[in-house]
Amino acid sequence: MMDRTPNAEEERELEQVRELLSRQEKDQNRLIPILQAVQDTLGYLSPGAVREVAAHLGMNDAQVHGVASFYNHFRFTPLGKHPIQMCMGTACHMVGGELVLEALERTLDIKVGGITEDGEFSLDRVACIGCCGLAPVMVIGDRIYPRMTTTKVDEVLVNLKMEADAAGGAEGDDPGNTPESA
Amino acid sequence: MTFEEIKKEALSRWEPLETDGTPVIRIGTATSDRAAGALEVVSAFEKELDRLNVRAVILRTGSIGFCNYEPLVIISKPDYPRICYNNVTPEMVPRLVEGFLIEDDPCMEFALGTLEGGDGDTPPHIPELPRTEHEQRLILRNCGFIDPEDIHHYIALGGYGGLARALEMTPEEIVDEIDRSGLRGRGGAGFPTGRKMAACLRAEATPKYVVCNADEGDPGAFMDRVVLESDPQAVLEGMIITAYALGSPQGYIYTRMEYPLAVERLKTAISQAEELGLLGDDILGSGFAFRIEVFQGAGAFICGESSALMYSIEGKRGFPRVRPPQSIESGLWQKPTQLNNVKTFANIPVIIDRGADAFAAVGTDRSKGTAVFALAGKVENVGLVEVPMGTKLDTVIIAIGGGVKDGKRFKGVQTGGPSGGCLPEEFLDTPIDFDSLTAAGAMMGSGGMIVMDEDNCMVDAARFFLDFTVKESCGKCAM
Repeated sequence: MMDRTPNAEEERELEQVRELLSRQEKDQNRLIPILQAVQDTLGYLSPGAVREVAAHLGMNDAQVHGVASFYNHFRFTPLGKHPIQMCMGTACHMVGGELVLEALERTLDIKVGGITEDGEFSLDRVACIGCCGLAPVMVIGDRIYPRMTTTKVDEVLVNLKMEADAAGGAEGDDPGNTPESA
Repeated sequence: MTFEEIKKEALSRWEPLETDGTPVIRIGTATSDRAAGALEVVSAFEKELDRLNVRAVILRTGSIGFCNYEPLVIISKPDYPRICYNNVTPEMVPRLVEGFLIEDDPCMEFALGTLEGGDGDTPPHIPELPRTEHEQRLILRNCGFIDPEDIHHYIALGGYGGLARALEMTPEEIVDEIDRSGLRGRGGAGFPTGRKMAACLRAEATPKYVVCNADEGDPGAFMDRVVLESDPQAVLEGMIITAYALGSPQGYIYTRMEYPLAVERLKTAISQAEELGLLGDDILGSGFAFRIEVFQGAGAFICGESSALMYSIEGKRGFPRVRPPQSIESGLWQKPTQLNNVKTFANIPVIIDRGADAFAAVGTDRSKGTAVFALAGKVENVGLVEVPMGTKLDTVIIAIGGGVKDGKRFKGVQTGGPSGGCLPEEFLDTPIDFDSLTAAGAMMGSGGMIVMDEDNCMVDAARFFLDFTVKESCGKCAM
């Protein structure tokens, strides 16, 4: 798996994982909650993270990977800044959920499970979130978008980009760009 | 504190809501409400009340389950019946505050109806709606009416009375009461709950475990989500009574991770129950100790199957196993484990508090009590329905559900999730109970009911479910 020295970003991630693990019992029964905590922190399970968790619990990488890969929730590629999840429940499917998913794939030029080149958006399916009255449902981060249509896809993505740009300007983390005055 | 003291304290916090003259604004804030914009409505009310200097209490409730009417707001003002407003938007809020709260205009142009009941005996209901005469809200009695993040509300309306009574009974008496009630598992298999408990009671190994299956994997089913987000204490109380009967020290609620609000509300409910001595060490001074942990799933449908679920809690892949041995003898960590669905546990406090006979008076000969369904798809009134077992399918879909949307023709109704079936028009007359649905070639399942119309393609529906089962396959059967 990792037979080269981790780069700075990877090292930072490993530090976060080690810090988290230092507060966890060495109990193999707790593997799934531990993996959930690691993914909540990093956004995904990197090869390095899997190795650290295995070492902490006295298991080998393959055992940990074997459990993690069984569950749909665990990702082995990073999340986008705006992680998009399309509900794939029966009600959502019946009212055109697949079409919205295809529209997302086309607009973002990625497939399900992928991430855009700029790291802004990732796309996944999610099993039913139980908002069937508002199907088809899309979730981005912790925000729910009800009654999605193919035509709404562009609008939602553009609005997200605009909100992100506005927030970036207000926080001043890109001093070269002053925001347009309203 | 004794239970009498706890109840007195709870009533002292609940009763002023009804009697002290301050208007109360109930706003549903479960997941479906939020998706419909409920939190923006809450903010709009807060802003408007502040701006106009109006005194009122905003109660963030769970969902009453009328999903097509959400965001739902119920306003109680002295000398008026409680009025229910549907599909409320932030733009409507100034009119409601000025019109009803300040002046005396109840804004009936926005009203869905009035809300009666909610005194702990009669569940809250809207008499103007045709569905009311067919429903019997037992499990859903507190949903949309109480604050699920305030245990005092649950207690004031009768909550934990079941536990107080159970602590005066022997384990055998408790199991016998549940057996006599005729309660059958609400996860879909319909196994008699009392019989399962009796077998677990007889098992000798310790420690015994109590597990709540809150995975609700069937796509299109959201009954359990609403109960967990709107009345989580009912589920806890059912687990504590069960644990007391079986002598179990530890419980788990395996909750699907796609339900983050349910996870959050369960954790709040657990900590509030512990604070009052209803959970934890020495429960209500009985010497009995029981703890509950919320365990989040990781997105595997198969983990809704009880043996796979238990392996998941143990940190393993969710591969189901062959039985025997049954989980009641050898389940979690090979110890006797009582696993029940959310709704099964929610029924238990009612049975112990009101007695098996009262419970068994509702329903049919072999299917006692009520059934909760999540009605979705091409139907007018999408949401939760609770009816006595034995109610006909067409009553649920037409009288309560409002029939097929947009005047289209009914094609079929899918029940039981991916392993269930689709019932066409000629089966609309079928009574809803475990045995009749099985005889018709479908199954009760956990309660998801998806209505399909003439525009739905059954071949596509079959392919959807096959696709689903392929994606969710654990791989065992392919070996």
